[in-house]
Amino acid sequence: MKILVCMKQVPQKDAPLKLNDAGTWIREDVSYEVNEPDAFALEEALRQKEKHTGEVVVVTAGPARALQVLREALAKGADRAIHLEGDTFVGLDAYNTARAIAAAIKDEKFDLIFTGLQSDDYGYAQTGVILAEILGLPHATIIMQIEKSDGGIRVKRELEAGFFQFVDMPLPAVLTIQSGINKLRYATLIGIKQAKMKPLRKVMMAEVQSAMEGNLQKIEKLHVPQKTKNTEFLEGPPAEVAKKLVEKLKNEMRVI
Amino acid sequence: MDTILVVVEQREGKLNRVSWETIVAGQAIAAQTGWTLEAAVLGSGVAAIAGEVTEKKVAKVYDIESARLEPYTPDAFAHGLQEFLGKHPAKLVLMPHTYQVRDFVPKLATALHTTAISDVIGFRYEGGKLLFTRQMFQGKFVADVSFAGSGPCFVTFQNGSFRADKVEAGSAAAPVETVNVDVPDGVIRNKPHEVFKEAKQAVDLTQAAIIVSVGRGIKEQKNIEMAKHLADALGGELAASRPICDNGWLPMDRQVGSSGQTVAPKLYLALGISGAIQHIVGMKGSRSIVAINKDSEAPIFEIADYAIVGNLFDIVPPLIEEVKKAKG
Repeated sequence: MKILVCMKQVPQKDAPLKLNDAGTWIREDVSYEVNEPDAFALEEALRQKEKHTGEVVVVTAGPARALQVLREALAKGADRAIHLEGDTFVGLDAYNTARAIAAAIKDEKFDLIFTGLQSDDYGYAQTGVILAEILGLPHATIIMQIEKSDGGIRVKRELEAGFFQFVDMPLPAVLTIQSGINKLRYATLIGIKQAKMKPLRKVMMAEVQSAMEGNLQKIEKLHVPQKTKNTEFLEGPPAEVAKKLVEKLKNEMRVI
Repeated sequence: MDTILVVVEQREGKLNRVSWETIVAGQAIAAQTGWTLEAAVLGSGVAAIAGEVTEKKVAKVYDIESARLEPYTPDAFAHGLQEFLGKHPAKLVLMPHTYQVRDFVPKLATALHTTAISDVIGFRYEGGKLLFTRQMFQGKFVADVSFAGSGPCFVTFQNGSFRADKVEAGSAAAPVETVNVDVPDGVIRNKPHEVFKEAKQAVDLTQAAIIVSVGRGIKEQKNIEMAKHLADALGGELAASRPICDNGWLPMDRQVGSSGQTVAPKLYLALGISGAIQHIVGMKGSRSIVAINKDSEAPIFEIADYAIVGNLFDIVPPLIEEVKKAKG
């Protein structure tokens, strides 16, 4: 099976974020990591390859720093990488991100394309499904299991409130992967070494520009959420804070 | 005049109640813009659901029918709604941000060459321009988003962003129009099986009056024990955010959030939970929320009644002692 995994670099989960002066984006001087569901998508691709043989290709769109995500993926066992490189890829809406990826892989034929179910930064939860539509492929979202079957695959979709559903679908197909589908592996030292030798193709904006259009949605302004609640902060040394909280539990919230 | 269409969600012939929140959003936008509000339901033999919607203040309800809309598939739903919108153009199409909607709306928007603004929590209408607000960076920021193009613009609303009990009833039942759509052979590529629950749930968190919930901040599996002691001292249930259950540190039936249970206890005590949107939607209806987190910027503090910024490993042990003392 030839599998493409779309991955994204996002700010680290507990990185303190600040807005830029224009209030249109965050200040980029933060630490980044791979978007968590994308890490599970990569792991699933590697497991499928180990079971059925084939090739795992990873792709990301973003500035030079995003290369780190591809390096890590190659170190874990991906065979080659595609980097749509440039700052301009950051501001794309989900539609244009998918258009850019589709243009970059137009000469390839994948059996499966994985994305994470959503990103921790924009949180659109759309790029994978849009990519499927652009490529004319069937898709399924929020996937927790993938088995090869006669003539295709059987996937397990997560639904809300603890429900699931199996879906049979033909190949090629696009799947958006849920966190927790598998257990992540670590890169080995030898893997890290080998990663440096693996092929990496850079794609500049100019090469995919013709496939793209103006963004149809635009972030006019980012702001810190307005508090809807009057939060009372309890302060002091731990023992004192514990006392204060118990007093509130007893007299204000009345749960003790 | 421009039209706002709310597509209510049905699953296996039952209206998903979260759809009322979307109707409320539609009514609010219609009131400010003066646009016409209509509603639609897609399915096979779902006239009864269309009937339910006619009681609300909407100009019209469409019952969009095809035998191939049951069971749900993204191919059939996108195809059916695309055909409908070709004949009944709308400026805005509103839906709840459910797993089903997430599954087919981006496909439909792409096929129509338009855009979908997802997981929206509110809107503003300023100087003739509609802006939708949505959370970004896991709830750390809120963005005002505008849309361009000839439409329709799809907007999906996060659970709980509008109050279902605020839905306005109509003065008379709205008319229903049945629209049969054609989903030709070969459109549907996926074969879905029956929906099922993995295992019988051992614990029903929705019935718990007190919930102590742990997140990534708990660091290691062995530390769960400490949270359990606190839950026991309070006489509550132990719950967790998704990553904890993904790690297998607690069983899946203790997960609170969009993919787990939705709870509204008297007390929700969040230990080391940052407050990602997916978690918040499952617990923001709690009567009192107490959050302990070392990161003062954690989004959980936005919805907390009482907040403690600090190391939970320092605070929880004396807290257990104090609770025991208070209970005598």
